[in-house]
Formats: sequence, C-alpha cells, structure tokens
Amino acid sequence: MKQIVIISGKGGTGKTVLTASLASLAKEKVMVDCDVDAADLHLLLNPSVKERFEFRSGQTAQLDREKCCECGECIDMCRFDAIGKDFVIDPVSCEGCGLCSRICRYGAVRMEENISGEWFISDTRYGPFVHARLGIAEDNSGKLVSVVRQAAKDIAEKEQKSCILIDGPPGIGCPVIAAITDTDLAVIVTEPTVSGIHDMLRVIDMTGHFQIPARVVINKFDLNLENSEKITEICASRNIEIVGRIPFSAEVSRSLVKAVPFVEYTHDDVTEEIISIWHKMEFIIEEKKSRT
Amino acid sequence: MIISVASGKGGTGKTTIAVNLALSLKNVQFIDCDVEEPNAHLFLKPRIFERIPAYIPIPEVAEDKCDCCGTCQDVCAFNSIAVLPGGIQKDGTVLIFSHLCHGCGACAYLCPRDAIHEIKKTIGIVEKGFSDGIQFVHGKLNIGEAMSPPLIRQVKQHIDPMKSVIIDAPPGTSCPVIESVKGTDYCILVTEPTPFGLNDLILAVEMLKTVGVPFGIILNRYDIGDDCVDLYARENGIPVLMKIPFDRGIASLYSKGLPIIGYKSEYDSEFKKLPGKINTLIKKAKFDT
Repeated sequence: MKQIVIISGKGGTGKTVLTASLASLAKEKVMVDCDVDAADLHLLLNPSVKERFEFRSGQTAQLDREKCCECGECIDMCRFDAIGKDFVIDPVSCEGCGLCSRICRYGAVRMEENISGEWFISDTRYGPFVHARLGIAEDNSGKLVSVVRQAAKDIAEKEQKSCILIDGPPGIGCPVIAAITDTDLAVIVTEPTVSGIHDMLRVIDMTGHFQIPARVVINKFDLNLENSEKITEICASRNIEIVGRIPFSAEVSRSLVKAVPFVEYTHDDVTEEIISIWHKMEFIIEEKKSRT
Repeated sequence: MIISVASGKGGTGKTTIAVNLALSLKNVQFIDCDVEEPNAHLFLKPRIFERIPAYIPIPEVAEDKCDCCGTCQDVCAFNSIAVLPGGIQKDGTVLIFSHLCHGCGACAYLCPRDAIHEIKKTIGIVEKGFSDGIQFVHGKLNIGEAMSPPLIRQVKQHIDPMKSVIIDAPPGTSCPVIESVKGTDYCILVTEPTPFGLNDLILAVEMLKTVGVPFGIILNRYDIGDDCVDLYARENGIPVLMKIPFDRGIASLYSKGLPIIGYKSEYDSEFKKLPGKINTLIKKAKFDT
C-alpha cells in the first residue's frame, strides 16, 4: 500500500480540486483530509458519516478563585502570558504545559483535558474517507493529522486497498510535517506566480529534509508562461519531475459551486491533463512497488 | 490601529489586500506573520537592514548532576523528554526531542537536582527593513521546524503602536492564525464566493469570535462563484468592506510580484476608503461591548 500526499506551501493553488479528481480516477484507495483546520475535501466527496470520534488532546489550566491567594507566581512563571494580571486564564493562550498547576502552593490551578475536535470515518462513492474538524481556536493540529492518517492506514490494510490519497494543509509547519511523514510520494501543486515559486521552493526543501520523493504540478500554468518556464528550470536543476501543467479555466470555480470533482463536471483540456497526471502517478507508484 | 488580514482558505488574496492597504496608508508598518510561507516581501521588496535570529529555549541536561529520577519526563506535557534509567552495567541517560518542546521551562524549574538548564535553539529569523517609507518586519521559519507560534510572537514584538500596523496572517484557523490576529483591533477576512471560501470563512468567523477581534469581509473575485458568501454575510450581520472582481490584470500583476496600487488606478479610491471604514467599525464594536 502506497501513500500519496498533495501539498503546496502556498494556500489556494488547487490541492483539494486535484485531490478530489484523483479520488474519482484512482481505484482501491482510501482518502484522508489532513487540512484539519480548514477542511474542504468533504464538500466535493459528499461523505455519509459512519463513525464519529472525539479528539482529546492536551490540557488547559483552570484557576479556582476561592483557593487562589493572588501571589502572582503563576503569572511570573507562565511563558505564554496566559494568566492575566486579574488572574483570569486565557484558554487560547494556554498551551497546557501545567507548570502553573505544579508550582501553585495553594493548589488553586487544575489541569483539564481538552476536547480539541472530532474526526470521522465516512463512506463516499469513491471509497472510505477519513476527515476531521479541529475545535475552534484549538491547537494540536499535527496530532489530529497523525490520528486521521493512522485510521486511514488501518482501513487500507484491513480492506487491502492499494493506496491512500492525502489532501495536505498549506504551509511547512507542524500539520504539514505530520501529513508528509512516511509517505511514498509528495505531489506539490504550485502556480506561476512569484509567491507560488517562492513557496514551492520551501516545500521542495522540506520534502528533501524529510526524504520524501516529490513531483510538481503547475496549476494555471498559462496565466504566466514566463514564470512557468522558471518553475520548469528550477525543477530541472533540482531533478524533480513536473508531472502536469494544468491550464487556467473558469470552469473550475463552477465545478466547486456544483460540488463535484472536476473530472466528473466536464471534459475539457483541464480534465485531460488531470487524467494524464494520475497515469504518471500510477506509474511512479507501480515502479516503486516493483523495486521494493 | 492594528489591522490583521486573515482568510481561513488559502490563496484568496490576503497578501494582495494587506500589501495594497499598506500602500494606501501613511506612517505604516507591515508585519508578515505567515512565517511558514512569507510572501509580502516579494511585493514590497524591502531593503532588509536587520536580521535577528529567533530562538526557543530547550532543555540541556548536565549528566554529572542528573540521577535519572524521571521528574522531567513526568512534568513534560509534550512528550519531549524520555529518561532511560541506568542498569548495573550502564549509566542512565536523558533523551531530548527538541522538535516537540514548547519551551515552557517546567523541566528546568522542577528538576530536583538542578541538572537542567535551558539553551537557545534557533527556529528561524526575524528580518526588519524599509520599503518606500513602509517599515517592514517578517519572520522565516527554518525548514523542518514544526512550531511557528513562538516565531510569530517574536515577529509581533516589533510592532510599533505609533504607526498604522498591517498584519498579514497565515491561512487556516488554528494556532498560527490565532497568534497572528490576537491583540489586533480589527481583522479583515478575505474570501471568495465558492463553497470552499464560505466553509473556511465560517470557521474563521468562529475563531475570531472566540479570540474577540471584530471583523469584516473582503470578497475577492466576487463574480467567479455564487452568492453564498453575500447571503451568509447578510444573515449574520457581517460587514462586507469591499468587493473585487476577477480581473486578469490583477492576476497578472500578482504573478509578477507587483501591487495593484500604482498599476491599476481604478482600485485606488476603494483601498483609500478602507481605513476610514474600518475605523468607524472599530469604534462601533467598542461601543457595542
């Protein structure tokens, strides 16, 4: 079983649109949405939730005003400025380290477990789908990513699926690292803008750092041909294959409004290119399988 | 006045709005808090005059003092310390997983043998510069580093309250975004009229209500989707500050790293009006509470 992650660095380059179409094209797979704090893939896959789980993670400090003598030691010791001068704890700033509760001489601070979100195992007409919703203003998105990925892996093994398709979050930080860890292939979706190029370079460095094989897709490549050429040169110099160049199409936004994967919405040059990308990805996975 | 620009969904035009708003203001400071993928410098092209390494404190164990009692492992809420007790033949040891460390200091403070002190670990860099009268600050997280909030906090320490401050936030709704918008007077949520835009906008609105920052919407490429965001804004009484059409001219400027202000004058007056509108809304929000 192979794990493929779709990432981008920069947000809004087309990760989820591509992932949904690949979900429609691939056979025998499990899908996971790892963009847990702004998840969108469910809007295209139309899941029916089968199982629902609470995601418990981390703790938040609670202050008992009756026991508190306002000595202020907790305020001095907290590195996250989570306790105000008025001895009110800001749950958003509290990282749950528990130092305040351990040093309080009056036993006035208690640590309470957080319910930081929920996650779901769903049925879709494309196969099993694992997704999540991080609680409002909660942290630990990286941990939630690891939880949904493990669940997807368990399903894939049990049902003998050949691949897991992972829709990744933007950026290069904690949830992204959790989303790419131990994957077999990272597909980086970029766009021919200075921001797209800049962010792609940082993501390429990140996949290199974690030794994940990477390929690049240039989305809306015809919006700036000069920059697309630049991306081609950068990828050539870094020995990274470009597996697709998707043209700009106003139809993409319309397919979102209709809430269907693009390859099912219409058949045009965008559809052709996405199908070709999937064939290349299949080939890469097959090749890896035969080698290992 | 500190205005943050956030979005929920990525790629809706945060940086475009933040940059052009800054270019429409006088006596302004620009703070790019998207430390994972900073982009504003590509448009403002600041001359960087100061580079400050950003650190977090991580523990270091003095082995001669440590008796592997295990207290540090017990008090660490982030599983970043493992104590391997010694046996007859070998000494015990303490493993530090620095990428999991939040730098809370509990282990060092609570070690009964005073065997832990904190050392600095570089997680990125803060850069300060100038661009045509705009004071510029951004942070760059080191590749492979997981935790951006401490770097965002360090970037925000450079806020100059005597100026109009524009903060460009990262996409999403979780900790890095909260760290960026916290303490700002107003947040502009940039979105687009698609189900993705709306879904992530609703999450961002919930987040801002929790953090207690007043907000309004800028609808970008308002003509590419449907009227879902308009309806949501109306039903929930959220002000729509500005609407920008899909404009190949803007897309082309953006792709080259050029701002709208100075290149497409038809948008000048809209951007010029924004700070006034926001000021009125901030006053109203203060009055309401």
